[in-house]
Amino acid sequence: MAKIHVETTINGAPTEFLCEANQTLLDVLRDQLGLTGSKEGCGSGDCGACSVTVDGRLVCSCLVLAPEAQGAKVETIEGMAQGDKLHPLQKKFVEMAALQCGICTPGFLIASRALLERNNNPTETEIRYWLAGNLCRCTGYDKIIHAVMEVAAEMRESAK
Amino acid sequence: MSNPPTNNPKYKWIGTRPDRPDGADKVTGRARFAADFNLAGQLIGKVLRSPHAHARIKSIDTSKAEALAGVKAVVTSRDFPEQPDVIVPAGEMQVNLRDVTRNIMAREKVLYEGHAVAAVAATNEAIAKQALALIKVNYEVLPHVIDVAAAMKPNAPLLHEHLMTEGAKPAAARPSNIAKRIEFAKGDTAAGFAKADVVIERDYTTQAVHQGYIEPHATLASASEDGQVQIWSTTQGHFQVRGFCARLLNMETSQIRVTPSEIGGGFGGKTVVYLEPLAVRLSQKSGKPVKMTMSRDDVFRASGPAPGADVHVKIGAMKDGRIVAAECTVAMQAGAFPGSPVGPACMCSYACYDIDNVFIVGYDVVSNRPKVAAYRAPGAPISSFAVESTIDLLAQQLKMDPIDLRLKNAAAKGTKTAYGVTFGTIGMVETLEAAKNSPHYKTPVKPGFARGVAAGFWFNVGADSSAAAHVGEDGTVTVISGNPDIGGSRASLALMAAEELGIDYDKIRPVIADTASIGFNFVTGGSRVTFATGLAVVNSVRDLIRDLKGRAAKTWGVDPEGVIWENGMAKPAGSNVGTFEPLTIAQLAATAGKTGGPINGHAQLNVTGAGPGFGVHICDLAVDADTGIVTVGRYTAAQDVGTAIHPSYVEGQLQGGAVQGIGWALNEEYIYNAQGRLANPGFLDYRIPVASDLPMIETVLVEVPNPTHPYGVRGVGEVPIIPPLAAVANAVARSTGIRMYDLPLSPPKLSAALDAARPLMAAE
Repeated sequence: MAKIHVETTINGAPTEFLCEANQTLLDVLRDQLGLTGSKEGCGSGDCGACSVTVDGRLVCSCLVLAPEAQGAKVETIEGMAQGDKLHPLQKKFVEMAALQCGICTPGFLIASRALLERNNNPTETEIRYWLAGNLCRCTGYDKIIHAVMEVAAEMRESAK
Repeated sequence: MSNPPTNNPKYKWIGTRPDRPDGADKVTGRARFAADFNLAGQLIGKVLRSPHAHARIKSIDTSKAEALAGVKAVVTSRDFPEQPDVIVPAGEMQVNLRDVTRNIMAREKVLYEGHAVAAVAATNEAIAKQALALIKVNYEVLPHVIDVAAAMKPNAPLLHEHLMTEGAKPAAARPSNIAKRIEFAKGDTAAGFAKADVVIERDYTTQAVHQGYIEPHATLASASEDGQVQIWSTTQGHFQVRGFCARLLNMETSQIRVTPSEIGGGFGGKTVVYLEPLAVRLSQKSGKPVKMTMSRDDVFRASGPAPGADVHVKIGAMKDGRIVAAECTVAMQAGAFPGSPVGPACMCSYACYDIDNVFIVGYDVVSNRPKVAAYRAPGAPISSFAVESTIDLLAQQLKMDPIDLRLKNAAAKGTKTAYGVTFGTIGMVETLEAAKNSPHYKTPVKPGFARGVAAGFWFNVGADSSAAAHVGEDGTVTVISGNPDIGGSRASLALMAAEELGIDYDKIRPVIADTASIGFNFVTGGSRVTFATGLAVVNSVRDLIRDLKGRAAKTWGVDPEGVIWENGMAKPAGSNVGTFEPLTIAQLAATAGKTGGPINGHAQLNVTGAGPGFGVHICDLAVDADTGIVTVGRYTAAQDVGTAIHPSYVEGQLQGGAVQGIGWALNEEYIYNAQGRLANPGFLDYRIPVASDLPMIETVLVEVPNPTHPYGVRGVGEVPIIPPLAAVANAVARSTGIRMYDLPLSPPKLSAALDAARPLMAAE
């Protein structure tokens, strides 16, 4: 069967690729486009390590078919820093030791940014439920939640 | 570096919280984990796994798979030489090479569902999967056995027809599934129980749990025609990957170069090999690089897990709470091959306490489950769950505060353990007191909640480490070591180097070298890296300072003894030496060519003197009477950490370990169906804790320095997984009035227990 031609935008850059109908967006990102920052922890949408946004919506890229990226705007971890400037969440995760091994970190950052874009004043409980689809086995989540709360506070401060 | 330093007045760098050296790479997706490595022309390798729990392999026909276009190599057990019956270290556990080769590729029999029987390498994944379907394996299905108690019965199906129980009394007359019996004794328990005012005796069970690292096993191997092999892999010990591959493939270690990727969690589960020998053999046969990754399903069915066990506990105490006799019997799952962590489970069971009369027996039992691997303080959480639950029963019966009861019996300097070691400087008493004085314990329990307390002990280990320190032309320093950084160890190594050298943390770059670029290092495990590799780093920097002082002496034309090292500079030791301006590392580096060439330090040592660690955890939780759902409302982990080198990462170890223990207590378990197949091999049905399940995890770092380490370091990573199992169960017992003896305390199990107790409670 002929491959499907997909035209999409990834981290702001127009991107074309050919894929099989049953290929996942995650596989295309990692294996064809070299964007290996999105991780495969389970392949079943349970761990969130492959989190990306598609047209602003937070998704597990292992559950998105690659052809669905047609005409969409895809944002991955590779697009989060601007030039040599880390996103405030990226900076705060490092400062507050919100990662140990780091395999889940890209997914947590993408998911946390999606939350703060919608709500810059989340309660601790709201953060915990928003991030419940992202598994971390190292940190016990404590420092991750603290980092997101701190960035939210900084965002509110700078919005004043 | 926006975090405030802790107030450790003795040091400039130790105890501060700078950004980790690999931080930017890990938040941008740049850090390369194993599955992120690729080579031009690589093949994709896939493993065919057994659908049966126990079966004899009568024949394997790979001819159709080999004939498929795009398939470049197929391997079975025929491609791996037989191995001798020899025990070798595997991380914190011991394995038999004869078993290791059978675990990576089944030979006579498959012994668990998921056991590898063949592997293929093809030009893409789709062809590789197609090829697996074309391999014809003729099985003779055999009766299987999953649980320890059933496996120990005389008529149980035998996994290994020649397995005789080692250490049996009397000697074993015929083969069984009991691989080993061990015993630890101190004093006279019969006499102790005879004088006890109170004796409590209970049986407990725990289920197998998985380490649950988020990164599945993955490897990339490239063999060349001259016999050289390169491997990129996610592992806690690349020297062990090299060693195992050399043995299993009859190669020399110098022919194999292993580069560790960043590691996406391990917790002990990445101290053994699964894919690497297969990938190397496939690469040798095909002449192409071969990449292999496990699916999450593979990870659950064929790697790890940690064992489940049956534990019997009997404790006798006087009315004042003094424990006078204690016994424990642990029958532990080894999985398909001998070698469970029953030894440490037995040794740790009563190590928190100073008890005159102790008797402990352990059984290592094989059954048709994947071979167990180390998991954070291997074995200790299991025996500790049983002992700490029983001590809580004792506290309830004697109406004593659970911390006071433990203080009454706490091990201290000079306490002789049941396994023979006499403790040096330890912090059990200090940790109990810190827990008692914590904001959490001093706050009354909220209405609807109940509080549980438990303690835990782990030895911590030292072992072999190598390190080097190189001065660059500009005076900055590269510190090279050989342990994969699993949770921030680069930062702690760089902090110790900065402290020792007297230069800024950011002038030091810590690097983790491959097996060809630094001397041997034992695995990242046993809570040893900051302690033992840290000591190697300190010694390599001291060697470097000795070299730097010699360069200054040469520059000044004085004896090396006349030079001291202070604040990152060489200075004359006194006015009698002469008047010289201090020389910085940068100045000494600039003139290195004239004073003896490159300036390097190195160290290699077998580190002994690991300081044991003790933890005390406090858990407040509520139980929903209808659903059996447990809500943890507040949690504190106190631990004797030696010296916190980078306190954030020490806190992180306590928090992460505590949450893994909470998962073990509340939800995690391997569930087998009647056919001996794993029923929950995914993160949906094997439920590890998620953010919304938990509160913040408060930490209390108790600094009782380890006198054998220049900075007082003790390992910290393993202790925190031990206390949570009983802390949670004790809180549940105090909340519901129902003591649960079988983990996990999952909603179905707990709601059934609540339902069963309800008419009884109404009748009372």
